Amino acid sequence: MTTSPANEANEPHETPWSLWEVFVRSSRGLSHVHAGSLHAPDAAMALRNARDLYTRRNEGVSIWVVPADAISSSDPDSKGSFFESPQGKDYRHATYYTKSEGVKHL
Amino acid sequence: MASQNLQSVPAELSPEELEREQAGQAYFDRIISEDSRIEPRDWMPEAYRKTLLRQISQHAHSEIIGMQPEANWITRAPSLKRKAILMAKVQDEAGHGLYLYSAAETLGQSRDKMTSDLIAGKARYSSIFNYPAISWADMGAIGWLVDGAAICNQVPLCRASYGPYGRAMVRICKEESFHQRQGFEILLELSNGTPAQKQMAQDAVNRWYAPALMMFGPPDDDSPNSKQSMAWNIKRFSNDELRSRFVGMMVEQVKVLGLTLPDKDIRFNEETKKWEHGPLDWNEFKDVLAGKGPCNAQRLERRREAHDDGAWVREAAAEYARKQAEKEYAA
Ligand SMILES: [Fe+2]
Ligand SMILES: [Fe+2]
Ligand SMILES: [Fe+2]
Repeated sequence: MTTSPANEANEPHETPWSLWEVFVRSSRGLSHVHAGSLHAPDAAMALRNARDLYTRRNEGVSIWVVPADAISSSDPDSKGSFFESPQGKDYRHATYYTKSEGVKHL
Repeated sequence: MASQNLQSVPAELSPEELEREQAGQAYFDRIISEDSRIEPRDWMPEAYRKTLLRQISQHAHSEIIGMQPEANWITRAPSLKRKAILMAKVQDEAGHGLYLYSAAETLGQSRDKMTSDLIAGKARYSSIFNYPAISWADMGAIGWLVDGAAICNQVPLCRASYGPYGRAMVRICKEESFHQRQGFEILLELSNGTPAQKQMAQDAVNRWYAPALMMFGPPDDDSPNSKQSMAWNIKRFSNDELRSRFVGMMVEQVKVLGLTLPDKDIRFNEETKKWEHGPLDWNEFKDVLAGKGPCNAQRLERRREAHDDGAWVREAAAEYARKQAEKEYAA
């Protein structure tokens, strides 16, 4: 990504390892949840590093690693308009329907 | 809170840029006033970004350098159990450094730049790690006092306004409590051992007590950046407030250890409802931060060596990755 500043310290040029995002499934039946990120030269090393870094205490039964630059995300500046559609649509929630209050098993 | 506005905005901005900056600032101010969280891609004042970057990278460096005083005792741990525990703790500290470097990177600083700043002696880290660990009892005193002070400092940081920092702190705090307890146990065992062992424990507590108290940073009236950090919800409590709480906890715990704290001025102030302690040597603190502590040179030299010695591993891994990718492409 950037040119290695290690040169300043009089070192051979090294290409920085790329950034990976780590997702961990804490137990069977649950989704993988973002745990953090790390640097690794390839997917195999990313998985090993993720195991050592994010599951030292049995925090996971499965790990995903994803190259950080492969993730597309919504634009934070347009968050208002992007998430506009559910606004004002309370009728999508069960709590909107109050007349049935007290009716059992509904 | 809007008072810090615009000081960070460069002079020549086009009207559109200025409008964008102002809208960004207004959004930022609202998030902070709602005690919500700022995330990496949000607009943030340049001073906020810089403050965080400095704090988080220094914290990361502290975890990394902090491995050294204890790594020093791994080969000399008194039993296999103690060796395994110490290795797990040191490994955790490496992990803490990595969580924090990741958080700092979200602010736009590359990992390599942080690494090279550290080994070039351009970056700061906690002064505490520039003191030597000269006996096995120091492993106890470090866990109990140093990790104890770190926990006290870090628990409120779990609610820091910058999302990635808070999340890293949550993970770290979960792991730190084992660190403090294992240190406490080391001291307790020594304290219940032979008179010489008990003396060794007391000596370690005597040496680590004042440096641990100084980990909370300079007194409030000499901590110019604290106010702004608190206004930004990065810091939640002042240095003196946290230090006082810590003293209150230690004063009780040291009784269980059957040891004493080397401070005859500790008292609970009934009026302020705060714990007070004796004077600390802030000149020593400044000297150690400025690189004149007993181990600064050694710590940096060791870090540099480790980095250099690891170069072939990084190269080999990168080359292996390149070849694998080539193979995959060919297949
Ligand atoms: Fe730590
Ligand atoms: Fe720490
Ligand atoms: Fe620790």
